[in-house]
Amino acid sequence: MRPGDCSRMREVAIIGASMTQFGQRDAWIRELLAEAGDACLDDAGVESGDVDHLYVSNMASGEFEGMTGVPNALAHDLGCLGAYTQRVDQTSSSGGAGLYAAWQSVASGASDATMLVGGEKMTHRTTAEATDVIASLTHPAEYKHGVTLPSFAGLTARHYLERFDAPRESLAKVAVKNHENGTRNPHAQFQKEVDLETVMNSPIVADPLRLYDFCPITDGSAALMLVPVEDAREYVGDDAYAVVSGVAGATDTHVVHEREDPTVMAGVVESGKRAFDMAELDPGDVDVAELHDMFTILEFLQMEGLGFAEHGMAWERVEAGETKMDGALPINTSGGLKSKGHPLGASGVAQAVEIYEQVVGEAGSRQVDADVALACNVGGFGNCVITTILEAGQ
Amino acid sequence: MTEESLRADGGRSHDDRRVREGHLSGDDLTAYVCPNGHATFPGHQRCPECGEHQMESLDLSETEATVVTWTTSTATPPGVREPNHLAIVEFDLEAALEGSDTFTPGTVDGPIRTLAQLTTGDVESGDRVEPTYVDELREPGAGIREPDSQSWDGYRFQPVED
Repeated sequence: MRPGDCSRMREVAIIGASMTQFGQRDAWIRELLAEAGDACLDDAGVESGDVDHLYVSNMASGEFEGMTGVPNALAHDLGCLGAYTQRVDQTSSSGGAGLYAAWQSVASGASDATMLVGGEKMTHRTTAEATDVIASLTHPAEYKHGVTLPSFAGLTARHYLERFDAPRESLAKVAVKNHENGTRNPHAQFQKEVDLETVMNSPIVADPLRLYDFCPITDGSAALMLVPVEDAREYVGDDAYAVVSGVAGATDTHVVHEREDPTVMAGVVESGKRAFDMAELDPGDVDVAELHDMFTILEFLQMEGLGFAEHGMAWERVEAGETKMDGALPINTSGGLKSKGHPLGASGVAQAVEIYEQVVGEAGSRQVDADVALACNVGGFGNCVITTILEAGQ
Repeated sequence: MTEESLRADGGRSHDDRRVREGHLSGDDLTAYVCPNGHATFPGHQRCPECGEHQMESLDLSETEATVVTWTTSTATPPGVREPNHLAIVEFDLEAALEGSDTFTPGTVDGPIRTLAQLTTGDVESGDRVEPTYVDELREPGAGIREPDSQSWDGYRFQPVED
């Protein structure tokens, strides 16, 4: 068997999903996780005691809240005692990594029902403190210069705009689009439109990027239930379910300046290639995508890394409106991290919740015509990446 | 370590494997080079390109560089100056090799870059800059990182006067 050959694994279905209200919440990490997990059990029609594996995607509950060991706490709070639990931390891509782990557990036969719950509690910290918790993923040689993830975005955005002669407004249009989509998502942190002028005149955070080029700091949680495809009908009856047809991860350099080309995220390219190979699909087959728009520039880099646009050309597709809700490839119908919010460990799970709802036809006023959907979850500044492809179950 | 395990391990002992001070932490502006001529700053336990150990070092603290891209951060974490001017700069590798006793020009693969603070926000991509030593780039202990786990001094880059 070659690596990545999943032909001898079980096919895996997603049969239920949930997410809490994202935003500034009074709840702490245990309560956020319990809220999403409880709703997911109901949505999937799975009894607490039937969960074999319970995974928690979370980056930094210890650093943010002084609370560790949350998977065990969640198992107890949800009545899943006896289940195998583990925490999955891959910084901002913890959610995608949790989905990969949950998929492995069911595909391998180790579990017949795995629930994945991602969550983060952040807003009780100041912006400076939260930024520092996230920046603690950087190398000492970077950290001592006071670099933040937003600074990496500023450095990369300037290089991209200068090298490809792209207009600054093209980045702002990503923010405008994702805010517009967010108005249709009742769980989003921001449910208000912003216009181009507001984005372009907002305060500079990391030159040339401004406040509206960045996602907010967010509390929230999201969950998914995974079972073997052969068992899916037992749970969903005649309702729809989704099949995980491709899922793969890859890493890039830890030290960002060591990358050969600052505008290429090798982890995006490699994880995307692997996920498409596994699904036996091409970028052209994707109907809708959730990309990790922690910063507007990341939407360009992922569109290009995943093959939705040529290198240096994503801005033209955005300018042409092709990634809007009614475009050829709608991107971030959920509102993206930009408008929905970015509770670190929850984000990758919430991306998968959105594409699950799109392929099973439960996306409400955000619904687009979609049989194949992709999510790309990025940790660090492209340091580790998970790409997931879901298809409508037959 | 037994003789047998030494052989199975490519003849390396624990002492060889112990990380040299500063190698992984990027304390000094020093690049590390493997036997195949791949160079990185900071160093790594094994070369990211070929997996060999990086046995040689190349001082870059007096080497000029070119600004690849830059930003000014106005939302900085605890203990960091505000605004914080930052750049990714690329070293003039051939100049560094010419000044080296260990290497001859053309024997080390670049590019070698670093992220660093700038002394000024008045720069453009493509500008020539040079390192200048600062004894505290960021206040130790103000942020989340354990103060003793890394160094806090280092080099900012300033424009080269024509």
